[in-house]
Amino acid sequence: MKPHTLSVLVENKPGVLSRVTGLFSRRGFNIESLAVGTCEEPEMSRITIVCIGDDAQIEQVMKQLNKLIDVIKVSDITENDRVERELALIKVTAEPGSSRAEIMQIASIFRAQIIDVGSRTVVLSVTGDTEKIDALEKLLRQYGVKELVRTGKIAILRGTKTVKSAK
Amino acid sequence: MKTGAKILIEGLQREGVETIFGYPGGVVLPIYDELYNSSLRHILVRHEQAAAHAADGFARASGRVGVCLATSGPGACNLVTGIATAYMDSVSIVALTGQVPTSLLGNDAFQESDITGITLPITKHNYLVKRTEELGHVIREAFYISRTGRPGPVLIDLPKDVSTKEIEYEYPESEQVNLRGYQPTYRGHTRQIDKAIEMMMEAERPLLYVGGGVISSNASAELVSLAEMMGIPVTTTLMGIGAIPCDHPLNLGMLGMHGTRYANYAVTESDLLIAIGVRFDDRVTGKLDTFASQARIIHVDIDPAEIGKNKRVDVPIVGDSKAVLQEMRERIQKRKEYERWLSRIRTWKEKFPMKYPRDGVLRPQFVIEQLSELLAGEGIIVSEVGQNQMWTAQYYCFRHPRTWITSGGLGTMGYGFPAAMGAHFARPDQVVFDIAGDGSFQMNIQELGTVSHYQIPVKVAILNNRFLGMVRQWQELFYDRRYSYTELPAVDFVKIANAYGIDGMRVEDTNDVRPALQAAIETDGPFILDFRVEREENVFPMVPAGAAINEMIGGLNE
Repeated sequence: MKPHTLSVLVENKPGVLSRVTGLFSRRGFNIESLAVGTCEEPEMSRITIVCIGDDAQIEQVMKQLNKLIDVIKVSDITENDRVERELALIKVTAEPGSSRAEIMQIASIFRAQIIDVGSRTVVLSVTGDTEKIDALEKLLRQYGVKELVRTGKIAILRGTKTVKSAK
Repeated sequence: MKTGAKILIEGLQREGVETIFGYPGGVVLPIYDELYNSSLRHILVRHEQAAAHAADGFARASGRVGVCLATSGPGACNLVTGIATAYMDSVSIVALTGQVPTSLLGNDAFQESDITGITLPITKHNYLVKRTEELGHVIREAFYISRTGRPGPVLIDLPKDVSTKEIEYEYPESEQVNLRGYQPTYRGHTRQIDKAIEMMMEAERPLLYVGGGVISSNASAELVSLAEMMGIPVTTTLMGIGAIPCDHPLNLGMLGMHGTRYANYAVTESDLLIAIGVRFDDRVTGKLDTFASQARIIHVDIDPAEIGKNKRVDVPIVGDSKAVLQEMRERIQKRKEYERWLSRIRTWKEKFPMKYPRDGVLRPQFVIEQLSELLAGEGIIVSEVGQNQMWTAQYYCFRHPRTWITSGGLGTMGYGFPAAMGAHFARPDQVVFDIAGDGSFQMNIQELGTVSHYQIPVKVAILNNRFLGMVRQWQELFYDRRYSYTELPAVDFVKIANAYGIDGMRVEDTNDVRPALQAAIETDGPFILDFRVEREENVFPMVPAGAAINEMIGGLNE
């Protein structure tokens, strides 16, 4: 049982996302993270799904996804050399004074940006892989995380290879 | 200029549809108005569920796409059981539903229900058509998706304004459907087929395990030809019955929970299971890890998701049963004798024949045997669900594919009667019987109205035991005979039939069975037979839930 990253190319039509997510819940598969957006093809979208399961379960997920008429291609890119990113927006309690300076220092170490400064809070924007965002969140907890918004993971293959060309 | 409704009717006719089953309502008024002057035949059912089952029965008996039509909200929701039934058994139907106008969508309008949402898990695909301009294309695509690959139900939801809007529209003469996300594989991989043949040559105890996929791909002739050429015995699932004649020497009958002892023994001892158009359903396999545990497995199916879903497979072959069987046969160079295996199977067959007491008591098995003899394997037999279904599967001698129509996967009580109506329109030349239980028949008994209205010559043989028999059987065997809510009061079905203007007959004695069946067959219109059978008869052999399939109760030659 390990996390698999599936890259799913779908028709950009209404209802496609619910067809895909409905299939997961119906067949008892769990989604760890999900991100969806347009892609390089004008009439398609790409859904990146992270789900946990053994090989047989993942094979079944992929086969069932492939059966959906609006799904064009399903690729498990877990074994491929790839870059993965998530984005998080974190609102942290930052009273003027020393804690605010510390937060800004931490932000710079993590290459996070301060995108909003209020009288008692700051908002950080950070991108990276899951572990990096988890680490930053953990560090910021001591100051008080008032709100945290996180996207699902997106992934792309390194080098000239593309998901479409990968098997 | 054409309205959406007109485009719809034209589209159906272009797809070769002649008969549809439906029920009118508010938002489908424009469609019904178009039907009024159309050459399409519309059969008015008495409940939308029956429309879906009738379309399904039509599809199974004919191999064509069945069509049903219902209004929005309750009408559409009433189709759901029928659509789910077709989905579980991979039957090609197109369900058309009305919808509230697009301007009201999502407003909880009168008779609005999100039917595309509701049917998402039980359709192969579905459409909510928002523009009349898309309609022609959607119809073409829906029929294409429904009948190709692994067949299945497709639903088209039509908002009222889409039906009424007028547009300039000419049907393209030959529009190719090309869906980049849907490319079924028909031809099996040659190397895999060769590997399968190699395994057949290495095997000592091979067994063909065939199901509904062989029926739906019209591959019976190819199956029988391969079995005969190689001398490999065949067992069929409930859905595969009819793929090989019942009395063929290589046929072992049905396997699984209520299969024959010899079929289940053969699976257990086989060293090569050649599975074609089956899905290793739990009613077939019993305890999964003991199922065919000595066998290597070849699995042929058009749906890749079925391969390896329940059981690890040695040689997967994705493809259409017919094409793969044909190619297998062509590529086989050598022959092999499995004489020891066949003789072992013959011994089982002799030792454990299918039988029931012949003691003058009116038993349901006797009724089915009599009908089987009378029709001599002709006719179309539809069943309800439960004991009636299992006895028919066990004791009716089917000789042709598409003559046995039953709800296998979903196990829908009330399926048989309306499906029999549909089967009649598919094969008007055939006698159509619905073998029913008194419980199942009462689930869609309102269709007596339809059958009477159109004089649809469906014969119903009710095996009336005043019990929900299969549930009662389980209560008897596993719940200490505590018959909790399974006893039904007596119903005079002949009187009910008469009230609809339908003839019927009650039968209480074995001597009257044959004449009564004969009378039903000779009647031009519908006919209801009420057989008052032994009340606590059980279906045997039986594999208890969770047991291995060779651990059966009953069917021993005491």
